[in-house]
Amino acid sequence: MLELEFMRLAFASGAIVGVLAPAVGFFLVQRQLSLVGDGIGHVAFAGVAAGYLLGLPPVLTALIASIGGAGAIEWLRARRHTAGDQALALVFYTGIAAGVVLISMAGALNVNLFSFLFGSILTTTRSDLALVAALGIAGLGTITLLYRALSAVALDEEGARVAGVPVAFLNVVLAVLAATTVAISMRIVGILLIAALMVLPVIAATRVARSMRSTFLLGIAIGLASVLGGLTAAYYADLPPGGTIVLIAAATFLATSAISMLRRG
Amino acid sequence: MPVAVELRDVSFGYDRGHPVLEHVSLSVEAGEFVAIAGPNGGGKTTLMRLALGLERPTSGEIVLFGEQATRFSGRSSLGYLAQRSQLGVDAPATVREVVAAGRLASGGLLGPLRRRDRAIVADAIERVGLAESADVPLRRLSGGQQQRAFIAKALAAQPALLVLDEPTTGVDVEAQEAIAALLDRLHRELAVTVLYVSHEFGAVERFVERLVLVRGRIVFDGLPANLPSVWHDPSHLHA
Repeated sequence: MLELEFMRLAFASGAIVGVLAPAVGFFLVQRQLSLVGDGIGHVAFAGVAAGYLLGLPPVLTALIASIGGAGAIEWLRARRHTAGDQALALVFYTGIAAGVVLISMAGALNVNLFSFLFGSILTTTRSDLALVAALGIAGLGTITLLYRALSAVALDEEGARVAGVPVAFLNVVLAVLAATTVAISMRIVGILLIAALMVLPVIAATRVARSMRSTFLLGIAIGLASVLGGLTAAYYADLPPGGTIVLIAAATFLATSAISMLRRG
Repeated sequence: MPVAVELRDVSFGYDRGHPVLEHVSLSVEAGEFVAIAGPNGGGKTTLMRLALGLERPTSGEIVLFGEQATRFSGRSSLGYLAQRSQLGVDAPATVREVVAAGRLASGGLLGPLRRRDRAIVADAIERVGLAESADVPLRRLSGGQQQRAFIAKALAAQPALLVLDEPTTGVDVEAQEAIAALLDRLHRELAVTVLYVSHEFGAVERFVERLVLVRGRIVFDGLPANLPSVWHDPSHLHA
């Protein structure tokens, strides 16, 4: 399998996304914002459509749209103009509607579009891998530096604000991290499934881990194993990689839930 | 005694024409243990948020340790326990991880916690009596123990002012009494100014030096013993 270059590229880019997605998702889950990735994904769809319409690289326009969408969700939530779920719904549906209109205008309702919606990791190029690696390493480096700060805000946002911690800045950093993750993961698992890779490994880890740090690390391990296992299964069983990856992550949740129940007797 | 918090003729409303607080003046000296009580919707949490500089008054002035509250430069020395509903009590965090979060403002945002900060965290955990549960996940503890962990988080800031918003809500009467006794001990040991904001003040009534009742304005400010009997909290037998 690894003698094929397209599989090596798929494994390399998949490994980066498999680590980054749950690392970012960890903070979203702790803040009960598990669906934010889904909301950003729908805005990313509008970004891809805009890329086709304007003749620009869809990953670039999706990245710009994702950051805008993530910023809008955070702004609406932080200013309390709307409740968190309403802010998400507003951005979610505006994004998908804009995507449908733009894609129709671009006349791009074709296989290429489907590769963004459902993932097309087996068509990853060297330049795709370079982009995923650059943004992925930047994202993971940011999380390593700010892990303690992002965790503290997740535990007690108001307390952090009282103590003078720059909560708004940290929230923007998290929103940009989520947007970047969505944009670079589109080709791996697809816009419709990326949020699952951000959230399911973390939820699975939460069932058996005994601390924030162990949940964070186990979530990353499950995310990485889901991607590598999913790609392998997809190659040998001729299955769609994105869906297979997410189904493995979901199966891991069932397994960790069973372990948790057995522990409690 | 220097003044820790001072509100000078403060009025505030979230919507124009609907004031929550009107013409409130209050001065809390450094080292005092004060309970701020009143009915839900009476404005006590708003008063606390104004005192911490989280809201700007519609009129009047608020001073925190000699500085305008909204521009207070010593925020890392404020210890704050938010209402239980705002805390991540369901997070998979251990007690130590929760308390370490209280060192964020003082210990710096980047990288791991330094040795000195870790020692301060361990001391705060010890002070609230959770040393043996330091590495136990928070969600395995009782409501009262979880509140102790978050009090330790506030202590980890080595605060000059400790503000607790409804610290006994959602815990049983026995745990409420234990939390009140803990706060009394911490107040005496650390000489920290304590603002205890709650609609239930029965648990702390015998410990506080001063009780302030808020109902849109201050309707009582004095020794708990001087409180008219009809206003006492019936949920605590000693009241």
